Amino acid sequence: MKTLHFTQAVDDALAQAMSGDDRIVVFGEDVPMTRRELLVRFGPKRVMSTPISESAFLGAAVSAAMAGLHPVVELYMVDFLGVAMDALLNEAAKVEAFSGGKWTVPMVVRAPCGGGYGDGGQHEQSLWGWLAHIPGLTVVVPSTPADAGGLMLGALLHDGPVLFLEHKLLSETYRDYLGSGGRRTVQYDVPAAGERGGVPSRWAPLPIGKALLRCDGSDLTMVSVGVGVHRALEAAGRLQTDGIRAAVLDLRTVSPLDKAAICESVAHTGHLLVIDEDYEGFGLSGEVAAVVAEAGIPFAYARVCTQTTIPYARRLEDQVLPNLARIRAAARALLGRER
Amino acid sequence: MDPWSLYAMMKRSRRFEEAVTRLWDQGLISGEMHLGTGEEAIMAGVVSQLAPGDAMAVDHRGSAAFLMRGVAPLLLLREMLGCADGLCAGRGGHMHLFSKEHLAASSGIVGATGPAAVGFALAAQRLRPGTLAVAFFGEGALNQGMLMESIHLASQWRLPVLFVCKDDGWAITTRPEPGAGSVMERRVSGLGARFMEVDGLDVQQVWQAAREAMGSLRTGRGPVFLRARCIHLGGHYLGYALHRAIRSPLREMPKTFGTLIGSFLRREGGSLRERWAGMQIVLSTTLAASRELGWLPDQDPLKRLRASLSSNPGRLRELEHGIDAEISSAVAAAMEGVA
Repeated sequence: MKTLHFTQAVDDALAQAMSGDDRIVVFGEDVPMTRRELLVRFGPKRVMSTPISESAFLGAAVSAAMAGLHPVVELYMVDFLGVAMDALLNEAAKVEAFSGGKWTVPMVVRAPCGGGYGDGGQHEQSLWGWLAHIPGLTVVVPSTPADAGGLMLGALLHDGPVLFLEHKLLSETYRDYLGSGGRRTVQYDVPAAGERGGVPSRWAPLPIGKALLRCDGSDLTMVSVGVGVHRALEAAGRLQTDGIRAAVLDLRTVSPLDKAAICESVAHTGHLLVIDEDYEGFGLSGEVAAVVAEAGIPFAYARVCTQTTIPYARRLEDQVLPNLARIRAAARALLGRER
Repeated sequence: MDPWSLYAMMKRSRRFEEAVTRLWDQGLISGEMHLGTGEEAIMAGVVSQLAPGDAMAVDHRGSAAFLMRGVAPLLLLREMLGCADGLCAGRGGHMHLFSKEHLAASSGIVGATGPAAVGFALAAQRLRPGTLAVAFFGEGALNQGMLMESIHLASQWRLPVLFVCKDDGWAITTRPEPGAGSVMERRVSGLGARFMEVDGLDVQQVWQAAREAMGSLRTGRGPVFLRARCIHLGGHYLGYALHRAIRSPLREMPKTFGTLIGSFLRREGGSLRERWAGMQIVLSTTLAASRELGWLPDQDPLKRLRASLSSNPGRLRELEHGIDAEISSAVAAAMEGVA
């Protein structure tokens, strides 16, 4: 057991995988500096810089994977995927289906996501629901260092394209690069348990598609991913004083969804509250409700999500992103505890 | 061309961004902050010649463009402070500035100013003959497909677009291959635009080139690409990690290089030759950034122009006093009601 920061954990697990598998190559913009520890250990033939040409290098990762490499390709932010969407939407996601299951695309796309540090609506989106919508893509959103490293190995074992989304508020490096820039004059609401934590000394892969019950409760099931998990846990603590015992289910993987874990908990509590930093409409929060409804489980439902373009102003941003007050109010309303 | 009015534009922009730096340091401006210090000659040489009805597509480094185009400093400051009475109601922030009345729009997505300027120019051609559109971007953006496609499209449609490449030789931490300059000219010419090159530190050169280009654009002779070299005096953005490491080596280097050497020596990984090749990339990038930090006074476009105006110290002093007073009072007004 050792203690690592979130991004350190991902890099540590990735390094372990790279040392055991020469096919793994890492590339993306500024990767020689952002992943310099991998660069000086594995050399510039495996850790490569790219020009600002997302559609080219993401598209190239797809066919490199088809031809035997195992690329871990990095985007600066998931928002910038918009520039290169063809590579995922029409290429990576389709090859296995089009080839009749005979050809697969084992690759990992690593991208920071999420807001809470005041960088504005083109740099703080979550977009996991948008990506999970596409058949053929696997979407992983870890919430702790231990999960992040284990799921990186899980993603590398998966024989298909995996989006590995790292929340910037959890990442010590992205908070520094994009948020504080070395300043001590700015503060963000960083969940301590997600930012730094114990990890195994030798990484073992975590299975893709398995949710984890972070906290058990009989009145209400709160379902979330990423930073939302920590917000939900904090809310669960406060809700105890309202006499509400809330369970918190960390999905860890958005696609495939752990339908069994969701249904099991909601069947028990009868109340489902989805906390999703991604956009509310047509996304994860509605999907979770559909899964429970399809299973024929009677339940009451509410959600706390991002409904608009994320505003730049910190004060407005804190209101738009799921926060403790909104989660607590929604939970109380769902259970008829409004006064 | 009046060097005094150009100097006033540049000085005003510099003072404004110095004020922004202080507010950012104090934590009153959140997220990243990309300054245009060092590129004032390019911005002034171009923006000073825009006419009513001309449009601007501005990148993530857009404060100078908006200020020089006539947006009040108070509106920009209130925006960056996240106030409801800011230019964009506190919702955009410095990377996403918009002014409909000036036909000026920003994007934080690298290369996105290309298509934006093409559309502005198409509307200009149909609705406002004789007007034009400018796209501002850095040299790294020229590797972005959408920008190259835009140059080609503008040439196919003979649109009045001035593509302005503010070339500082860095794409965050990535530097172009040697000889990339001549490649740029061949690439741009191949896409069908007329290529011009000037010293971006010399406002008179920029102004002359922009004047000639705009004359040709307004008479419908197709797009022009202006390459102007400059240095970003503040690095890629405030708190730029490479500059921090060089400026405060005692604070930053031990943790950075300690872990780096640890990774270099870790068992399992590349050959010593590969590891050393990786280490050389890290060292040469850091060295190149440190050389840039030691920029000489004549690489500052303001100092250069000021030297040519120093024969009239009285007028210079009066001008600078006026600018200082204007920006100071704008900052004081902007701070009203800000905690």
